[in-house]
Amino acid sequence: MVPVKPRISVEYAENAVIITFTDEKILEEKDIQALQESVMSVVEQAERINIILDFCNVRFLSSAVLGLLIRVSKKIYEQDGKLKLCNINPKIYEIFKITRLTKIFDIYEDVESAAESLSAED
Amino acid sequence: MVSKVVESTPSAIEGVCRRILSELEAKNFNQDGIFAVHLAVEEAFLNALRHGNKMDPNKEIKIDYLVSGEKIEIFMTDEGNGFDPDVVPDPRCGENLYKPEGRGLLLMRSYMDVVEFNERGNSVRMVRYKERPRLKKNLNQTQV
Repeated sequence: MVPVKPRISVEYAENAVIITFTDEKILEEKDIQALQESVMSVVEQAERINIILDFCNVRFLSSAVLGLLIRVSKKIYEQDGKLKLCNINPKIYEIFKITRLTKIFDIYEDVESAAESLSAED
Repeated sequence: MVSKVVESTPSAIEGVCRRILSELEAKNFNQDGIFAVHLAVEEAFLNALRHGNKMDPNKEIKIDYLVSGEKIEIFMTDEGNGFDPDVVPDPRCGENLYKPEGRGLLLMRSYMDVVEFNERGNSVRMVRYKERPRLKKNLNQTQV
């Protein structure tokens, strides 16, 4: 596990880079900006990168974080990479459902099933 | 009615929000209700800050709230020119789904039982009942 700035931890697995949000609440503009810079610095490390975003610690977020996810996903897809989200708690998942972002993000129950889906797609 | 005036900075809502949530806990609102009010207050504040006061540190945001055993009522007022909530595009439709912004109002409407604006459009009134009307619950789950 390699710590990258304060707000994420990064693990390099066999077929994906697993980025875990370490904060329980992601709210403030400057936190979201810092988070985006941290995630983008990982995304930009390689073309065709596979990223798994792990929300296991996140208990609350605002719509500004949804914007961050969309910007990150665009960057990953521009690089022909893949993005999977996982470990989203039910209250947060409801936000994804209401905004219909469940249609544009691949969401899995845990890191293992997200990684398996990437293996199946390769 | 409790009245607070805060400056137009992203962290200014934190203290007010904490007080509102602790009052909800004291009145035995359940965790879903507390989550909903928290989200709606954050989204309303973000709208007031960004779109209303346009991040101008010289402008203020007024928050009035009243928590009872039955409901919470919140007013949030900025110093901007206001907007027409009826012309805000639906973020769930077409290309809007891929835009990074524009979901705050949808979330406020989904998580609160009443969301209405004054004529100028610079002040929002939101209500969430402790026991939610069944119709509203079903409405939230409806896919349009």
